[in-house]
Amino acid sequence: MADLLEPPVTVEPQISTLRAERALRTEEMILNMGPQHPSTHGVFRAELVLDGEQVVDAIPHIGYLHRCFEKHAEAMTYPQVIPYCDRLDYCGAMNNDWGFALACEELMGVKVSEKVEYIRVIVAELNRIASHLVGGIGTYGLDVGAFTPFLYCFRERELILQIFERLCGARLLYNYIWVGGLSHDVYPTFLDDVEDFIPRMRAMIAEVNLLLTGNKIFTTRTKNVGVLPADVAINYGITGPILRASGVRHDLRRDDRYSIYDRFDFDIPTGVTDDGAVLGDCYNRYWVRMREMEESLKIVEQAVRDLRATPSLLAGDVQKDVPKRIKAATGEVYSRTETSKGELGYYIISTGGTNPYRVKVRPPCFVNLGVLAECSRGHMVADFIAVMGSLDFVMGEVDR
Amino acid sequence: MDTFLLDLLGNQILAGVVAAALVLVFVLLFALVAIYAELKLAAFMQHRLGPMEAGPHGVLQPFAEILKLLQKEAIRPDRADRWLFQMAPFLVFVGCFAAFAVVPFSPLYIGADIDVGVYYIIAVSSLVVIGIFMGGWASNNKYTLYGGVRSVAQIISYEIPAGFIVLAIVMMSGTLSMQGIIEQQGGGFWNWYVFGGPKSGSTTSMITGGMISTPGTAASFLLMPLMAIALLILYSSGLAETNRVPFDLPEAESELVGGYNTEYSAMKYAIFFLAEYGNMFVVCAIATTLFLGGWQPPLPRFFAQYAGLGSPFWIGIEGFFWFVAKSMVLVLMQIMLRWTLPRLRADQLMHLSWKMFLPIGFVVVIVIGAWITFIGAPNADPRQALSPAAAPAQVGVASAPAPVPSATIHNGGVRQ
Repeated sequence: MADLLEPPVTVEPQISTLRAERALRTEEMILNMGPQHPSTHGVFRAELVLDGEQVVDAIPHIGYLHRCFEKHAEAMTYPQVIPYCDRLDYCGAMNNDWGFALACEELMGVKVSEKVEYIRVIVAELNRIASHLVGGIGTYGLDVGAFTPFLYCFRERELILQIFERLCGARLLYNYIWVGGLSHDVYPTFLDDVEDFIPRMRAMIAEVNLLLTGNKIFTTRTKNVGVLPADVAINYGITGPILRASGVRHDLRRDDRYSIYDRFDFDIPTGVTDDGAVLGDCYNRYWVRMREMEESLKIVEQAVRDLRATPSLLAGDVQKDVPKRIKAATGEVYSRTETSKGELGYYIISTGGTNPYRVKVRPPCFVNLGVLAECSRGHMVADFIAVMGSLDFVMGEVDR
Repeated sequence: MDTFLLDLLGNQILAGVVAAALVLVFVLLFALVAIYAELKLAAFMQHRLGPMEAGPHGVLQPFAEILKLLQKEAIRPDRADRWLFQMAPFLVFVGCFAAFAVVPFSPLYIGADIDVGVYYIIAVSSLVVIGIFMGGWASNNKYTLYGGVRSVAQIISYEIPAGFIVLAIVMMSGTLSMQGIIEQQGGGFWNWYVFGGPKSGSTTSMITGGMISTPGTAASFLLMPLMAIALLILYSSGLAETNRVPFDLPEAESELVGGYNTEYSAMKYAIFFLAEYGNMFVVCAIATTLFLGGWQPPLPRFFAQYAGLGSPFWIGIEGFFWFVAKSMVLVLMQIMLRWTLPRLRADQLMHLSWKMFLPIGFVVVIVIGAWITFIGAPNADPRQALSPAAAPAQVGVASAPAPVPSATIHNGGVRQ
């Protein structure tokens, strides 16, 4: 007790260090990229410690969009949680719903029909494309200064959103993938719409490649900027396009083989090193997302082809496996899916009954945000913006 | 035209004020057109329609924007340095507007036909640097400070390659006078400096009616690639001077919210805005004057002369049209570039200026100098053209009009 009452020990600085300090005093400046900022992809505060234009440290402050998702989930029945899942990563809502539905189906022992699986794959991949168009390509171009590709991306994204609107009535937050099935059946011209969309999307990818990917200014802004080595990425627990851009070929669709992904033939793109690109730099993160859109188109094409080849598939009822009475087994389940941002995991603890006891979300953006300081240390403010855009985080998921 | 104003108003100061007001009217009109062009071009390039509500096809949109800006509340941050904050936009505008004094709109009209027009315009357009930095600093905002600092570095870095290119043309033309350089490029588009410079042995001055000796030869077509590169460098440096994309780091919206003009609202913002568009025109005017022949028509004679309307008045009108048309082409290119290219980072910008443009500028000057020394010869300074007394003897040969009184405000004892 006595040592608490002693005054703290202070050390007098030596004269020589004082003189050295007075010789060249530079101060570090703290710049607040506040919650309101055109480029922070939602309400996110980055406290930058800058030495001139160089970033010494970047301290992320989150929580501005916290909406108590996990607490809400305890008060609602399992199907009632699905609309809340939409609002996690609101750019790729179908994937979020699917993750939760998968977890619940595992808990309740529900198996869904082939038709439901195929449609889930189609809408999830379309939503992945839409999410990349918004986050990784469109707004990334905007952050780097290219105003026009953003609108070209939105033109194609509009087609996807129109398909979804016809499908379930909503453009962005769908509540479509239910536990055991889907909320609506496909409308009669759904497959035609999707088939029309695919070549238009391919043409747009070619256009954006001309505008951005091949643009010297864009490549010098993004190549060798914000490099994230593969081992650092794995240590931080990064998943998704960021991990693949660092060279690690890890994709849950191939590694976990959930749903019917093992039936489709698609590539897992990883980072490239041509022309000055370094594995794990911003350019590779952008490049992986571009390639992923092409691969998603391939998956959608194959799924539509399979559905066309078996007309009897389309005749099923999408709601026949939806449980009328929720009867969840006591236990816990952790189920993970590959969303457009990475590994989205739902950990549900159930004590029987209609409501979950605890739902814990493993949000990919929250984990991916951890490398922000790591990637941007030593770079300039403009590069910090590029790195932030390339990490493509959505605050809905970070804060829940 | 100045003598016309002098006769009308009888007072030199009043004549000067009216002439300046005319230029201001032009700048405002140009800003209106440029705003509309920017909005519509951007929209069409982005697969959308742009303004359609205000007036048919949105032609009244610029008026709406200006009215909106005028009726806004002028907010000043509490701890902003009051006088600097309020003075900054006006300094930027002065830097832009003062350059218009020597922009050669037409053979009939130039604000001040001074001997050192090119030198003056380069010097005076550097005033914007002070204004931008003032705005960035006085706003008491770290973001604007960044914008101001970047802008200063950028503008003064790009003045140097631009200066070298201008030097090359001045070496070839032998004069610093804006009208002088344009007069040498008469007689067809092949005489423009972008195609190597005046070819024929002599050309007629539209302004004095005298003969200008331009001892160029057809071999100067060989200079075309070099001149094309020089024009590109001058144009890109101009983009950097006016903070346009790809050099718009000082006002990068996605990084600095608005850069040095974040904290400005209402009229002060309108003035920054106006100054930016004015600067766009000045830069394109310089490029047009030096490389594209200014108000000279692409054919050997003015269209008005072909049509039989050879009076100085019609030639003046047509010259104005050619000058504005050529400058507008360059302005429209600037606008299209803005919506096409991403922006350069600060150090890449510096790298481009110091390590790429500057060496090329050196090479251009050296090659032009070698050309002048060994192959061609510099053109004569039309300010020292043969006096008009000797002109009438050759008037019948060339289809020159009668000597046109020039619109100099300062009769620097140059002519007559």
